[in-house]
Amino acid sequence: MTITRRQFVKGGVAAFTVTYAAPQILTDLASAQGATSRNLVVLYLSGGNDALSMLVPYNDPFYYSRRPTIGIPAGTVLQVGTDSSKVALGLHPRLTGLKQVFDRGQLALIQRSGYPNQSRSHFQGTDILSSADPVNPASNGWVGRYLDSLPSPVDALVGWNTTRDLPRVLQSNKVSVPAIPSPATYAFASPNTGAEAAAERAAAIRINSHIPVDQPELAFVYSNAQAAMSTLDRVATVATYNGTVTYPNTGLGQALKAVAGSMIRGIGTRVFYVTTGGFDTHSAQNPNQNNGSYFNLMATMNDALFAFYTDLTNQGLFSNTLVLSFSEFGRRISENGSNGTDHGSASVMLAMGGGVRGGLFGTAPNLNTDVNNPTLENAAGDVKFETDFRSVYARILDSWLGADSRAILNGDFRNAGLTFI
Amino acid sequence: MPNTLDPKIEHLLRRAGFGARQDELDVYRAESFQGALTRLLEYERIPDSVDSKIGVNGYVQTVSANRGAPLSPTSVITDARQRWLFRMVHTDRPLQEKMTLFWHNHFATGYSKLAGLLGTAEATRYMAAKPTEDPGGVVGQIELFRRYALGNFRDLLVATAKDTAMLYWLDGYTNTKTRPQENFGREIMELFTVGVGHYTESDVYAAARVFSGWNVARPGSATDLSQHYQFAYVAAQHETTAKTFSFPIYSDGNKTIPTRAAADGMQDGLDLIDALAANPETPRYLGTKLYRFFVSESGDVPESFLRNVSAVYFRTRYDMKEVMREIFVSPEFGDRANMFTRFGWPVEFLVRSVKDIGWNGFSLADALTPLANMGMILFDPPDVSGWDLGRSWFSTGSMLARMNFASQLSANQKFNLAAAAKNSATSPDALLAFVLDALKTPALDPTVSDSLLAYLRATGAWTGSATQLQAKVPGLVHLVAGTPEYQFV
Repeated sequence: MTITRRQFVKGGVAAFTVTYAAPQILTDLASAQGATSRNLVVLYLSGGNDALSMLVPYNDPFYYSRRPTIGIPAGTVLQVGTDSSKVALGLHPRLTGLKQVFDRGQLALIQRSGYPNQSRSHFQGTDILSSADPVNPASNGWVGRYLDSLPSPVDALVGWNTTRDLPRVLQSNKVSVPAIPSPATYAFASPNTGAEAAAERAAAIRINSHIPVDQPELAFVYSNAQAAMSTLDRVATVATYNGTVTYPNTGLGQALKAVAGSMIRGIGTRVFYVTTGGFDTHSAQNPNQNNGSYFNLMATMNDALFAFYTDLTNQGLFSNTLVLSFSEFGRRISENGSNGTDHGSASVMLAMGGGVRGGLFGTAPNLNTDVNNPTLENAAGDVKFETDFRSVYARILDSWLGADSRAILNGDFRNAGLTFI
Repeated sequence: MPNTLDPKIEHLLRRAGFGARQDELDVYRAESFQGALTRLLEYERIPDSVDSKIGVNGYVQTVSANRGAPLSPTSVITDARQRWLFRMVHTDRPLQEKMTLFWHNHFATGYSKLAGLLGTAEATRYMAAKPTEDPGGVVGQIELFRRYALGNFRDLLVATAKDTAMLYWLDGYTNTKTRPQENFGREIMELFTVGVGHYTESDVYAAARVFSGWNVARPGSATDLSQHYQFAYVAAQHETTAKTFSFPIYSDGNKTIPTRAAADGMQDGLDLIDALAANPETPRYLGTKLYRFFVSESGDVPESFLRNVSAVYFRTRYDMKEVMREIFVSPEFGDRANMFTRFGWPVEFLVRSVKDIGWNGFSLADALTPLANMGMILFDPPDVSGWDLGRSWFSTGSMLARMNFASQLSANQKFNLAAAAKNSATSPDALLAFVLDALKTPALDPTVSDSLLAYLRATGAWTGSATQLQAKVPGLVHLVAGTPEYQFV
């Protein structure tokens, strides 16, 4: 038998729905929750960042014997001193801006961060770093769980995702973090103009004012549509932000410009997510040459972060800001036959911010190929983790965001020595 | 004639295809579910003439990046994208295109990396050229997936391992005797066959050595650029020693690929592919992905489903047509609770809305940026694990992009829509019923239908005049195609 949709309309039974507060109230909420409070910017380096090209143990002879082609010459690194194990380290030569931030004591480098039996899979590794849960990596994000811990109701712009898809880091039970790849195109179009277009917009707001909570998939899309309609006007104010510096015309540069704009406009956002990709450098990694692939990755990262740092510092907002970078894994120590590196284990995390205690945290690996080398694993093929990445998250949750890391991370990962913030 | 079908067949056409054009509705209305399924599965019986309709009046338009020229899908990637979208809209073999999309996500290969290595023209060729479009018969990857859409999975694995695009994408072209390259060796286990947890790190090393020497070569003279790169087994670059795995390679349970002379070493890779195709984890991993795409994204995959799919997979020696038949007749597929519950991919939403709303005067060149804003660029998945599916397709930004595409298309179809609705203009109720039928929506909550009726009554009394219809019909179509309900398949 055919069922006509007409019957659905006329004979439809109201689903169990919940209608939420109107957008105007949410705007007030945003100001109440404080536009000047501390914020966190999570930076995902997608593909598995080669820590040994970013932070180079330039006095380790094994670094050069295992990387005859792609090793970064000692003479070119930007020296940042020695760590507690007396290993001399240098930043990639293209990270000139970050070197300045380091010298001002506002950049921390957390070496050999990872976890036991680190996954070498991109998607599983990303899920684990995002959920902070190696056992159930497909659960909500660690930042999403932080958002769930905030007192209700939570403003729709408490989080701001600069990518198109919701990253797992921001997945939560209660909050649909908006995805705003470009504030300029974050708008509601209409085939009509004037009063007709306004009537369409009013209808869209009304349609999306209810959430069919008995149908979880549908409810999820409704919550996104609702959050979209209720954030349009505030996001539009960020679209006109220019900044006190020129941001590079890269995805990361423009994303960080929007983040800065949101901070300056006092939107009330607490957590931001930005990303830059291309770190899966299996071949032609080429970190030493202008326009080489890893060289370009460093240029993109350095220039965007340094513009952001400078802009916020100029406007007195850097003290409220913390940027944390992560990647799904580090890469193998020895270069492969394609002048690249394959999937490895522990990596390095960067924390940059006005409240950061800069410097080198943790110890560098010794790259000696002896299979009993305690700083390595996998028959001395990969770097063994020393600092659990969840300890880094715990420190941020407890000491920066004022949350309880044990509740959010489902365990006690506090590490008293990890005093970067 | 009413615009409706048996809901089970509509469900089948949304999942096994991209919704239904009016002419498809007319064809499938005459079919039972079994008949419809046979028509979808046995598509070889239906002529594949869709590409010859490109540029013909009455079909959705395309505009080449080389303005004024015909599409150049072998050298310009945006043209290749339009050709594929055109096929999705107008093909009479919808399941072949749907499986092609599934394989594109399963063996996710990104054009951007190839373009960086080879330049844009050659990279496009390796993604999208037909064998008849290449002097050396090089087959673009998507044509491979189309050829094996419902073919033998083991043969598809072999063809993919030898595919030029894949050899560049996962760096097989640099996999040599002294420096084995792990990228393809890892992913063929992790993402293409058995899945995480069913291989070890030492298997990755071994698999890299197995595929050493599986490289590429340009036939003929190195300077003859009219010939394009093809798979070449380079015996001198093959690492010949024995390779031992943690799982059986041979049917007697032996886990070691023996030492072979370099000249015979290509057999190593074929042995490993045979072993992975025969591994009991493979139909479970593949069956789970197929379940999530064709049946349901929520809840656990029923054990009985995986058992049945595995049984068919092994009984037919990896015949995907029979595997898919088993899936479509499964009780899980037919369960009404699963209808309109899978999160539609951007391309599913886009193609379905073109089929439902209309295409006369619309160009697919104008669909590419909206599709990217929704989070999907054909031929350029974000990484080798493919797109993040399900809820990940949805965010405020991507939802706005979907609504805005609905706006763009209804504005473009303004006069067609108003004309088509002329006989349903007697009242707002009649017009709403007409539009919901045209868009084949699921049941809408009264909050939604009341809001839509209120929209029709806003800004002045209902007259049903041509002017009013030219504003209200596209406005209504925009709102309906932008509802959360319409985003589900």
